[in-house]
Amino acid sequence: MSTVVLLLFTGLGLGALYFLVAAGLSLIYGLMGVLNFAHGAFLTLGAFAGWEVARRTGSDNWGIFLLSLLVGAAAGAAFAAFTEFVLIRRLYQRHIEQLLITLGLSLAAVALFDGIWGTDPVFIQGPAWFKDTTEILGARIPNDRFVCIIAAVLVLLAMVFFLKNTRYGMIIRAGVENRSMVTALGIDVRKAFTLVFTIGGAAAGLGGVLASHYFGYVSPMLGGSLLIFAFIVTVIGGLGSLTGAAIASVAVAVLQQFANFYLGGTGDFVVVLALALVLLFRPSGLLGRTS
Amino acid sequence: MTAAAETRPILRIEGLSAHIAGQQVVEDVSFTVPATGITALLGRNGVGKTSTIKAIIGLIDRTGAVELDGVRIEKDPTFKIIRSGVGYVPEDREVFSKLTVAENLRLAERDDAPRRQLVEDLFPDLLARSAQMAGTLSGGQQQMVSLARALLNTNKILLVDEPTKGLAPKIVAEVAETLAEAAKTVPILLVEQNLHVVRQLAEGSVVLSGGRVVHTGSALGFLDDAELTQRLLGVAAEAPAPEIRENTGKFPVTTEAAPAGKGAAL
Amino acid sequence: MTTDTDAAGTNSTGANSQDASGAGAPGTAGAGPRRTAAAQRSAPPGKPRRTRRKVVGAAAGLAGIVLLVLLPLLNLSLPGVLPGPTYTPGSLQLLAMCMLMAAAALTYHVLLGVAGLLSFGHALYFGAGVYGLAIILQNLDIPLLPAMGLTLLVVIVLAHVVGSISLRVSGIPFAMVTLAFAQAGSVIVGRNPDGTTGGDEGLSLRTDNLPDFLVGVANTRNLYWLALAVLVAVFIVVTWVQSSRAGHVAAAVRENELRVRVLGLQPYLVKLLIFVVSAVLVSIIGMVFLLLQSGAVPRAISADLTITLLVMVVLGGVGSRWGAVIGGVFYTILDQRLTTLANSDAIDALPDILRIPLSEPLFILGTLFILVVLFLPGGLTGTAQRLARRRKRLRGAGEARTGEDSTAHDRTETSREILEESA
Repeated sequence: MSTVVLLLFTGLGLGALYFLVAAGLSLIYGLMGVLNFAHGAFLTLGAFAGWEVARRTGSDNWGIFLLSLLVGAAAGAAFAAFTEFVLIRRLYQRHIEQLLITLGLSLAAVALFDGIWGTDPVFIQGPAWFKDTTEILGARIPNDRFVCIIAAVLVLLAMVFFLKNTRYGMIIRAGVENRSMVTALGIDVRKAFTLVFTIGGAAAGLGGVLASHYFGYVSPMLGGSLLIFAFIVTVIGGLGSLTGAAIASVAVAVLQQFANFYLGGTGDFVVVLALALVLLFRPSGLLGRTS
Repeated sequence: MTAAAETRPILRIEGLSAHIAGQQVVEDVSFTVPATGITALLGRNGVGKTSTIKAIIGLIDRTGAVELDGVRIEKDPTFKIIRSGVGYVPEDREVFSKLTVAENLRLAERDDAPRRQLVEDLFPDLLARSAQMAGTLSGGQQQMVSLARALLNTNKILLVDEPTKGLAPKIVAEVAETLAEAAKTVPILLVEQNLHVVRQLAEGSVVLSGGRVVHTGSALGFLDDAELTQRLLGVAAEAPAPEIRENTGKFPVTTEAAPAGKGAAL
Repeated sequence: MTTDTDAAGTNSTGANSQDASGAGAPGTAGAGPRRTAAAQRSAPPGKPRRTRRKVVGAAAGLAGIVLLVLLPLLNLSLPGVLPGPTYTPGSLQLLAMCMLMAAAALTYHVLLGVAGLLSFGHALYFGAGVYGLAIILQNLDIPLLPAMGLTLLVVIVLAHVVGSISLRVSGIPFAMVTLAFAQAGSVIVGRNPDGTTGGDEGLSLRTDNLPDFLVGVANTRNLYWLALAVLVAVFIVVTWVQSSRAGHVAAAVRENELRVRVLGLQPYLVKLLIFVVSAVLVSIIGMVFLLLQSGAVPRAISADLTITLLVMVVLGGVGSRWGAVIGGVFYTILDQRLTTLANSDAIDALPDILRIPLSEPLFILGTLFILVVLFLPGGLTGTAQRLARRRKRLRGAGEARTGEDSTAHDRTETSREILEESA
């Protein structure tokens, strides 16, 4: 029983990270049709920015941790906004070329991170409480899992609130469904593009700081490895669906953990198998648009 | 209304050509829409009526000149063209199915003082259903939402694309009535397959064939010429207009139905 | 109904001269008026010119191949491009790598440029060739050719399974799904199950059952010739695939899948065929890569490799066979040179703000790639064509306008269209 609970919470923590990447990825794709390969680089930059904050100011402190989250999110958001405004916008509606741009950007960014921070992982420490465990139903759960889960839930709630209750949220929801009709109502949808990129970048940057605590280190490869699972999550959840991304993140991560433990480390393989099954029986994903 | 205002057209199209995925769908189309009343844009299925409407507001790539109330607008992006006073009611209604009725309407408000009262008076049904997801409405109700989105704002012209397509006869009459009411204050360019509706509403007509303008003139004059109507529309105007909803296979290469995979991007 | 105007229109969108050979073929009948227009256009006035150009092109190609065959016997130096004279193993190794990468880029061209399939999992089959052959040679006592045959069998099955699932979606979802499958392969290799793949360390090639002439640094030139033969063979096969009925249908599907379906053809099966053919070809290249590198490394099956191939094709010019070859060679040499540059003293002496970016070859390549996508959408070949055409126009304005310009298609336009169509 305690193993199941431990696996469940570890999976939820990992799922929280997947969600923080997948949320932006899914919204960006849903609204703009851009598959953003640079999203992992947003995350990595956020993680390094958070790490720099901790390194320069001393790490064992909740205030510093919160500050590092803020700085990480800001770094991710700034990088993302730059990407949309300077590069993506020039190729309006040319989805594959936009994808290629993000691909080139991710290559260049990761190489630059290599040059600045080195290719080896740098280790990170948070408040001492992170390393403690909390006992739930006999399982001793590392506390950093809870931090990830709570942060992701807050981000999800904030995004849902934003999408439901603001005019830009409404524009984004409408744009995901039918972008050209939004412009045909006299709305400049490009502002929503920048906004979605910025929000997605902030979530990824935040996810980067949390991921560095979850894994205990930062490396230039951090974003890339999470990005692939985030891709899988967005396809399974349905491209453009925030709720789908949330459900699929948790499902994929928990499945991965259980398979890793009970099926001899086959977690990644099982996830790809799940993807194949979803594609065979529901190509548009769990909550995707059925067209 | 002065004579000068009546003689100057509200919309002037000159040499409009458009492409979808490299296919020419509108070919050197020129016509004008007078500043009052309803002008019908007619033609068989797939001759480029919808593409012409979309090309006017820049939803598809096009070349040529578009002049709204004396101002050239073809260089503007779609959202600016709409803001300069164009109300667009698309084919197939295109309501946002995952937004509520109220949200659909709020999204469309672009004036400082949108005419909510007018819309509530015209479509009392929508008020009652304002919290409902637009995707769960009937076709007729969705058409009301789509019309309401355009009528909320003060426009110089309405572009209305097949508003009665697929609707029950009773609803068709309601839609026609609404358009007649709207036409008292704003000129309308109307694409319509139902020739009874055209006869009832339209004053002028522009007929397309093969992406080109082949006839312009009074709508009644055109419809009364049975031979001409038969030749250009493929139907006798006197007979009840058949409901041509699906492509019958007579014109397999219709531009409107072809690029389904790419439709999402348009 | 729009045929006549299309022929006259400047927007006409047929393929470039290579692809256009199939323009009027039955498979593309559904691609509509613009295809027939393209055929008409090139018919009477273009023909003699085109045949003459074809003959000249073939002769130049043959001469080039002869030169490449003779390279290991010559003492040529290309300072800045090759590390030493052409007969030295170092230079031959680099040149052989160029050949293999160019060939691999060609197989990627079959996916993207012909069928419009933006795959992010092509490395899976390259890696399957590399690791499959390495593992079989390691564990079974069979000679090279049967081992290669066995590997091919595995790849064919793998490509069918993955292809038939991935092709249920198209466009960008297809890219994501192929990426996921390739990642699974990459993860398995990294996990090193039962010590078969060597994990991060990779596997070194067991040479016991290999013919002697393929083993050792002294025989690098044999491997070079092998790589050259692979490139030529792949080029011929790709040309043949493109001009085959399946190639035409695939191109028609890329342009308008619905039309092909209306004609009663099966886009799914044609795409699967193209997918499998491309996978098989790249796996063979992977096997030769294993012999050349005398080992398998995890990079050979990583997403990075797929991305590298995509970058090569885009750099060279999407939709062009020569573009893929040029892109492959250009990228491989540039990568090698930039790595040398990164380790040079001149770079080391620079201040951080210049030293860090310049010492990262991938930073430079990534930036270059972005610039090409933004400003040279036709890649190197498209840009070269534009420049040549501009020069020709300057020289004989009147003649050029009626002759060349209206018959030949613009490579840059073709590239953009293919990219648009694969979305």
